Amino acid sequence: MIVFDQVEKSYQVAGRAIPALHPTSMTIETGEVFGIVGHSGAGKSTLVRLINRLEPSTGGRILIDDEDITRYSAAELRAFRRKVGMIFQHFNLLASKTVADNIAFPMKLAGIYSKADIRSRVDELLARVSLSDHASKYPSQLSGGQKQRVGIARALACRPTILLCDEATSALDPQTTQSVLKLLADLNRELGLTIVLITHEMDVVRRVCDRVAVMDAGRVVEMGPVSEVFLHPQHPTTRDFVFESENVDHDELQEDLQKAEGRILRLTFKGESTYRPLLGSVARESGVDFSILSGRIDHIKDTPYGQLTLSLVGGDLEVAMKALEAAEVHVEVVR
Amino acid sequence: MEALMETLMGNVDWAEIGWASWDTLVMVGMSLLFSVLIGLPIGVLLFLTGKRQLLEQPVAYAVLSFIVNVLRSVPFIILLIVMIPFTVMLIGTSLGVAGAIPPLVAGGAPFFARLVETSLREVDRGIIEATQAMGANVRQIIFGALLPEALPGIIAGITVTAITLVSYAAMSGVIGGGGLGDLAIRFGYQRFQTDVMVITVALLVIFVQVLQMAGDRLVLHFSRK
Ligand SMILES: Nc1ncnc2c1ncn2[C@@H]1O[C@H](COP(=O)(O)OP(=O)(O)O)[C@@H](O)[C@H]1O
Ligand SMILES: [Mg+2]
Repeated sequence: MIVFDQVEKSYQVAGRAIPALHPTSMTIETGEVFGIVGHSGAGKSTLVRLINRLEPSTGGRILIDDEDITRYSAAELRAFRRKVGMIFQHFNLLASKTVADNIAFPMKLAGIYSKADIRSRVDELLARVSLSDHASKYPSQLSGGQKQRVGIARALACRPTILLCDEATSALDPQTTQSVLKLLADLNRELGLTIVLITHEMDVVRRVCDRVAVMDAGRVVEMGPVSEVFLHPQHPTTRDFVFESENVDHDELQEDLQKAEGRILRLTFKGESTYRPLLGSVARESGVDFSILSGRIDHIKDTPYGQLTLSLVGGDLEVAMKALEAAEVHVEVVR
Repeated sequence: MEALMETLMGNVDWAEIGWASWDTLVMVGMSLLFSVLIGLPIGVLLFLTGKRQLLEQPVAYAVLSFIVNVLRSVPFIILLIVMIPFTVMLIGTSLGVAGAIPPLVAGGAPFFARLVETSLREVDRGIIEATQAMGANVRQIIFGALLPEALPGIIAGITVTAITLVSYAAMSGVIGGGGLGDLAIRFGYQRFQTDVMVITVALLVIFVQVLQMAGDRLVLHFSRK
């Protein structure tokens, strides 16, 4: 468990303290995939780098499994860092070392593993990230996705309990992003690894995260389970991210709504109700006619969801709304 | 043809040229060795104590940087003369091959130190960070990540330093330093033997070419790109 207790961070720029993270309190549970989303400069990297103290905090306490890491000595900090893996946007592999040597590097630094241990662990990790055939290649001979998989294997070498990912998929194409995210999700499940994942893409959050914090200008402005934040965004920044990820042009949508007749409702289905043939029966019972203005069906992590915007005319609107709510559909009256 | 060669080079003492070449080789080799041994740690220190680096130390950096700059801004021919008393103190003579080595190192080491600092700066910050994030201490970061990553740049720096030392070594002939420069001055300049001058210059050019080619090869080998 990672607990932020009124943690703050400011950078000294030209003799002045410029805040990058305003006092923030939050808890990241053990074994969850926690997303941090925000625009460039929002303070995401700053926040995540406080966790392994690549940046020292300037206020508050950071408790990891009940230990205040801000009080660690230099030696304690180095030992602690071995239990926290980190992967980066630009991979940060050593160009002078082979794939296998890159993965072995943190184990060699730790100085507590035998040569045989290191060898077998490297082989195991190479197999886990499907790179066994590339062990003696140099990073420059690999594709971006392969480099990031080496980064992941290297981060896992000393069997950490926490994995920090700073924009780990931002330099990858969509397909490679998918496969890297799947690997992270699998590792989270298999190893019970706590993953803190920074991104500027809501889509990445939607695919793998359990909970998400939205950052804006050095503050966490919204936080909660991904389905909650994603389907019912409250803060304007969050809305921007959600619309962006859905490829919805907000102005265009408003224009469409202007043209539609009757009441306009937004329905949100989650889980099993996504697949139920509900609309037809509701229409029959209440006598309303509906037309679909927009809609999508997708997944949030493993949970299916649907979101439909309808215009309703005629019939008994009250009955229709009751029936929908009874079927555990979240109904929002747009107009 | 043979007659032509005879008139052109009849008075060239090839044994002398052989010895002088060997002396130049020894001067360059020895001064390069010490320049690297002394310049490398100074370069690493310059890098580490620099702005926003691992061991940021503005005062230490300023002092080190000042010394390096002074040695580098003194024209080598002046350095040769200024160093004479110190060289005598150090090895008992300021003449010959041995006498040339201290001033060569005084010129070569700071030059190489700057090149090392520059090539370390070119290592991606992210690599230092990733290594820190693995729990490495400063020594491990230097020897495990920084130096291996900067190796191609450092080898290129050794090549440039070696070539600079070839010309410095030739210059040391002026104060009786031995080697090809000494030969060029004694025969080519003082006795007007143009042919000796031409041969020494040709040999120096070949020497530099060989160094550059060997250096480039090594850089390529260690580049992993
Ligand atoms: N080392 C630093 N020195 C000074 N300011 C910094 C430093 N690192 C980040 N900042 C500033 O802190 C703010 C947050 O940066 P960052 O955490 O990198 O944001 P993000 O990762 O969300 O893009 C930015 O305004 C940035 O300019
Ligand atoms: Mg960032």
